[in-house]
Amino acid sequence: MSDGGQGKGAGGSTRHIVLDMRTTENEIAIEIIGLDKWFGSFHVLRGVDLKVMRGERVVICGPSGSGKSTLLRCINRIEDWQRGRVIVDGMELTEDLKKIDEVRREVGMVFQQFNLFPHLTVLDNCTLAPIWVRKLPKKEADEVARHFLERVRIPEQADKYPAQLSGGQQQRVAIARALCMQPKIMLFDEPTSALDPEMVKEVLDTMVGLALDGMTMVVVSHEMGFARQVANRMVLMDAGQIIEMNEPEAFFNHPRHERTKLFLSQILH
Amino acid sequence: MTDMSQPAYVRRALVEPEPPPLPGGDALTWTRARLFDGVFNTVLTIVSGVLIVVVVWPAVKFLLIDAVWTGSSRADCLPETVGREVGACWPFVRAKFAQFMYGFYPASEHWRVNLTYALGATLLVPLLVPRAPHKALNAILFFGAFPVVAFFLLVGGLFGLPHVETRLWGGLLVTLVISFTGIIFSLPLGIVLALGRRSELPIVRTASIVFIEFWRGVPLITVLFFATYMLPFFLPGHWKIDGLLRVLIGVVLFAGAYMAEVVRGGLQAMPRGQYEAAMALGLGYWRIMGFVILPQALRLVIPGIVNSFIALFKDTTLVLIVAIFDLLGQLRAAFADPAWATPVTLFTGFAFAGMIYFLVSFGMSRYALSMERRLNTGRPR
Repeated sequence: MSDGGQGKGAGGSTRHIVLDMRTTENEIAIEIIGLDKWFGSFHVLRGVDLKVMRGERVVICGPSGSGKSTLLRCINRIEDWQRGRVIVDGMELTEDLKKIDEVRREVGMVFQQFNLFPHLTVLDNCTLAPIWVRKLPKKEADEVARHFLERVRIPEQADKYPAQLSGGQQQRVAIARALCMQPKIMLFDEPTSALDPEMVKEVLDTMVGLALDGMTMVVVSHEMGFARQVANRMVLMDAGQIIEMNEPEAFFNHPRHERTKLFLSQILH
Repeated sequence: MTDMSQPAYVRRALVEPEPPPLPGGDALTWTRARLFDGVFNTVLTIVSGVLIVVVVWPAVKFLLIDAVWTGSSRADCLPETVGREVGACWPFVRAKFAQFMYGFYPASEHWRVNLTYALGATLLVPLLVPRAPHKALNAILFFGAFPVVAFFLLVGGLFGLPHVETRLWGGLLVTLVISFTGIIFSLPLGIVLALGRRSELPIVRTASIVFIEFWRGVPLITVLFFATYMLPFFLPGHWKIDGLLRVLIGVVLFAGAYMAEVVRGGLQAMPRGQYEAAMALGLGYWRIMGFVILPQALRLVIPGIVNSFIALFKDTTLVLIVAIFDLLGQLRAAFADPAWATPVTLFTGFAFAGMIYFLVSFGMSRYALSMERRLNTGRPR
């Protein structure tokens, strides 16, 4: 595993690692075109356009209620929408359940509240989908699961139940569970917001490791240190729209929109 | 305000963890702390004590101390003959025991009922013991193969076994057949109905709601009555459904509707995140339900499920009104026997039946409790 040592180093001196900002390929991973969504009469997404290239790491931030989580959840159609198109890995998401399942197989997701299955052991959490969706034999699925648990650095917890782990460990299991499906794209929905401050770093380190491996990532987060370190692109959302989008350097140092300046001044103290 | 006279504090040595102090004291301290702690608790203790004496003592006296244990006719249970106060007349139960257990099932065929019981018990016990191996196979045998075998054993008409009409069945046999059938069919039916009621497909949802509300809206007695006396009028003349079977179907549909609402309660208690996580992994509807949602939801509603099972077990006594003589029915029939008419026959019979019902119901309840505890492994309290 190449990321183990680097991951640790990254945590130790967060600001100094500079990732290759170019994307590995010129292929579109996710394309969102004119997306509109309403919750009842509340217009939560208002004509959002976003294109994510393969190998790119996009961090979305913005005030609560701005629609950033909803946008993320449209990418694997956990939420549906009323207008617009979402194309993931070359497949357009429509009502077609087969297509939706196909996309979900390629897109891993990590939630704010972990959402591990409490009645299953850590290992079973990780092998459930590979066995029943990818149709891996049990033995092979176990091997894959242990490999990824190793990678998130908790191989010794495989036979425990989620409730026996700390929040940080649970979130790392959730990451491993998503990786076991060997997805092409990973979505993170505020992965560190529900964690105690002492556990945030271990989860971020894991995510940095993933970024170093070239995973395509869309992350909703307010961890600006992490964003500076791994993002190719920063996105600020407010009131269901993308307000500003830029490379991290410019985004943090020379924000152009007033809303961005205000937002950054509030979270960066 | 901070007290400025307090100097700053820095801990120099960390305190090592210690074992908790032993809960202690002698019997007297314990008694005082647990039973006579304050006026209210003292009064409670005394009232409870009086109640125990008033209720338990006469029961023990009637059932054991004053009871008549041996004898062959009503004369042995009459105070005039015995020459003292007479409690329970156990010879009555012994004389009618076969009737209580088998109803009018022919005596020469009783072995078939016993064999069925034995088979059921051999399959059920290892299923209930958590350590016993081969749970899946065991469950398939018990829930799949056993009912079929039991059916042919009890009904007969095949393999040289004489046919025994269900009209002759009775006593505990009927009670157990109805409860067992009700229990193993109502849970799956309830799960299907609960899922149907939460379905996004309008036809499935409406059908489930109508079904559930209809069966919950009518009393079981009506259902039994209808199934037994009215249904034959609606069916074409050559259609004959066995009387017991009609009752069984009625009981299963009735219990299934109640079970559906219990299961729905569990489904509704599941956090959205569990569905979302399972969906995000690409699992389809049936796998999400089967592997993620139902195992947790059913676990949450074990108390409600067992509640329904116990209620169902006791509700089987209602079949008496459609002339099916379950344990309680046979008991009442036996009371009419002049050969055993004594002042205590009634009490003895009901005490006996009460004990059987209590043992089964209490057994279910305790087992469910232990299962709840075991399933809670690894979950926070």
